[in-house]
Parts: sequence; C-alpha cells; structure tokens
Amino acid sequence: MDPAFAAGPETTMDLVPNDGTEWWVWPLALFVITFVMGILAVLGGVGGGVLYVPIISGFFPFHLDFVRGAGLLVALTGALAAGPGLLKANLASLRLAMPVALIASSCAIIGAMIGLALPTNIVQTLLGVTILGIVVIMLTAKKAEFPEVEKADALSSALRICGVYTEASTGQKIDWKIHRTPLGLSLFVIIGIMAGMFGLGAGWANVPVLNLLMGAPLKISVATSKFLLSITDTSAAWIYLNKGCVIPMMVVPSLVGIMLGSFVGVRVLKIAKPTFIRWTVIGILTFAGIKALTKGLGIELF
Amino acid sequence: MEIKNNGVNEEQVVYAKVLEAGMYLGLAILFITFAIYIFGIMKPAIPLDHISTLWSQPVHHYLEEINHNFLHLEQGPTGWTWCTLLDKADFLNFIGIALLSGVTIVCFLAIIPVLLRKGDKVYATMALVEALILILAASGILQAGH
Repeated sequence: MDPAFAAGPETTMDLVPNDGTEWWVWPLALFVITFVMGILAVLGGVGGGVLYVPIISGFFPFHLDFVRGAGLLVALTGALAAGPGLLKANLASLRLAMPVALIASSCAIIGAMIGLALPTNIVQTLLGVTILGIVVIMLTAKKAEFPEVEKADALSSALRICGVYTEASTGQKIDWKIHRTPLGLSLFVIIGIMAGMFGLGAGWANVPVLNLLMGAPLKISVATSKFLLSITDTSAAWIYLNKGCVIPMMVVPSLVGIMLGSFVGVRVLKIAKPTFIRWTVIGILTFAGIKALTKGLGIELF
Repeated sequence: MEIKNNGVNEEQVVYAKVLEAGMYLGLAILFITFAIYIFGIMKPAIPLDHISTLWSQPVHHYLEEINHNFLHLEQGPTGWTWCTLLDKADFLNFIGIALLSGVTIVCFLAIIPVLLRKGDKVYATMALVEALILILAASGILQAGH
C-alpha cells in the first residue's frame, strides 16, 4: 500500500520526490500539459479539473491541497475562455444553465467545505467510483446525440427552456426542448456537492444529466455544461482561494495553458461531429476515473 | 420572448460580452503580473528557488512556513490578506486570479436590468440570488478545513 494512503490526509500525496530539479521545470511542464488538457476539456464537455487533479497529483510534486485548488481554477478558467464563444454561437443556453447553476453553485460551496475536511484517500476513491459509474451510463445509452423529447415538462415550459441551433456538420436546424426538469435539477444538488468536494469541475456529471436524463442534444449539453462550470466552479474556487490553497507559480502556468487550449478547442467543437465528441468524453472520463480510483486505493497503476 | 443576434437571447448576448471582457481583462492582468513575477521586476515574498520546496506540503504547513520565514504576519495569508501584500510579485498575481474568479458575479448583475426590462422577473431574481451566493463564497466568511 502507498504509505501516503496509509498515513491519511495530512501526508504529502506526491509520488515524485524532490530530486533537485530546477524550480522552473515544473511550471513549464504544467503549461504544456494543461494546453493539451484545454483542447480535450472543451471537446469532452468536462472541466479541465477532472483531468488536471488526477494527472497533476499523480505525476507532479505538488500536494493535493494545491492541486485541488488549482484544479478548480483551471476548470473555471477553461470555462471562462470557452463561455463567450459558446453563448454567442447559441450552443450554450443561459436559460438552461441558470436554474441549474443556482442549485449547483450553492451546493459546490458546501461540497468544498466538506472536501477540505474529509480524508483525501476517501475523497479520491469516491471520485474514481463516481466517474467510472458515469462512463458505464454513457456506454450503455442508446440515443445521446439527439435524444427524443416528446413533450417538454411543465417546469421547463414555464421557464421557457428551449432553443434552436444549427448542427454545423450537417447544416440541419435542431429545435430542442427538455423534460424531467425537476429530477434533473435535484441531481445537481449531488453534482454541486461532489464538484466542490473533489476540487474539480463537474462536466463529467453535467453532460450525462443534461443529455441523457433531461434530453438536451449532445452539443447543447456539452456546451452548456462547459459554460455552467464557469458558475459552479467560481463558488467552490473561492472557498479554496480563501483557504490559501493557491500558489501562483502552480496556478498561472496552468490557467494560461488551459485557456489557450480552450480557445483552440472551441473552434474544433463547432465543426466536430457529435459521435466524435461522445467518444472523446468517454475516453477522457475512463482515464480520469481509473487514475482517481487507483490513487485513492493506494495502487500505483500508471 | 425577445430574440436578437441570430436567435440568441438578448440577456445571453449581454452575459457573453461581459464575460468576454472580464475574461480578457483578467487574462491580461494575469500575463502582466506573472511576467513581473518570473522576470524579477518586483521582489516576491517567497523566493523562486524556495517555492519548489514548499508546494509539496499540506496547505496549513505551507501557510505556517511562509508566514514564519517570509511574511511575519499575525495570521497566515488566507482570505483577502493577499490584498495587503500587493507590493510582493507573487501575491500581485492574485489580482488576475480574483478577477477571473469574480467576473461571473458581474455577468449576473449585468443581465438583471435586461431581464427586468423584458418582464422576466423569475430569471431576474435567479440572477440576483446567484450573484449573492457567489459574493458570499468570495467574502471569506465561510470557513473550511480540518
């Protein structure tokens, strides 16, 4: 068993010892890795944090406290970079995002406070199980690109949550509406808590709930999820920021890398086919889930 | 429902514009302050060659150590204490970080008049409540930790 796991949350969780490497090597490596993450995060509709936290905590010499703080800021900044473009293109829906954000951001504050109090290994193990559970749901889903919604429910009708967008890959105009809104919104209580607790974005859960449960088209779900992270992660990020879990030398190279990557990712998203996006989401989540689970259980798999 | 700009709701356009401006401003400040930091234009509170020995420690040890060795404050630099340390290059970076973390609050406040003009009181209320929640999170009133 990993000694760090056995010793609990107060122990340094890094796997890489301080080997006398020059200080600037790690910030430079962070910049390169997070640039790639920024592109993948937009395509996958996930916050960069869901990739950032397991990968950086596994392969870089930073304590998990700072990785979680930076991870939330990374997810937040990636969403900020992508948000304006997605809103203007009408791929992200403000009317869909606002009621969801109200619930998720409130609960993310609670989650962040719980996450900073719980033992790290428990948080990581739960995270791995959760992400892999989402992967299973997505793999078994039949109609995810354009879910059938026969009738909008009463709540979404009252809130006028609907829209039209042009599918760039086919030129087809897609009218969309949603259903099962009360159940979907209630799930964002759990998603918000988990996002704050794990110190990462919530795109990994947002997309399945918006798409598979509430019936929003995949592109709308991915784009709205990405935009939603800019709100949900803001609330949790402030808790970590106020706690002192932010080191500029870690955060800034990561933020700049993820933002530049997100700019590239948004341009790719406009022309990418939904099927490609779906498999990108699944691949990203599987890797991140296995990494989080093995780390939480103290198994050094990769 | 009033629709403008190629099918995009007016409030969505306003939100996007404010978000875009805030994001670019935050990013620009972040670039500048980080350049000041790494090129040594201003002196940091924690020397660059020391930071790599500190980032592998838990946050409370890190805060204790930097406070004891470099800052000498009554309490560690949590909450908005960084505002009192803006003469140090490393803490100067928190201006950009705080701007990026706070721009969403401005976005919600900016769309409230648009929503009220359209008579959309439900969404105007939602925007106001959301802004208040984010302000509460940013305030530092809520304490967390072991």
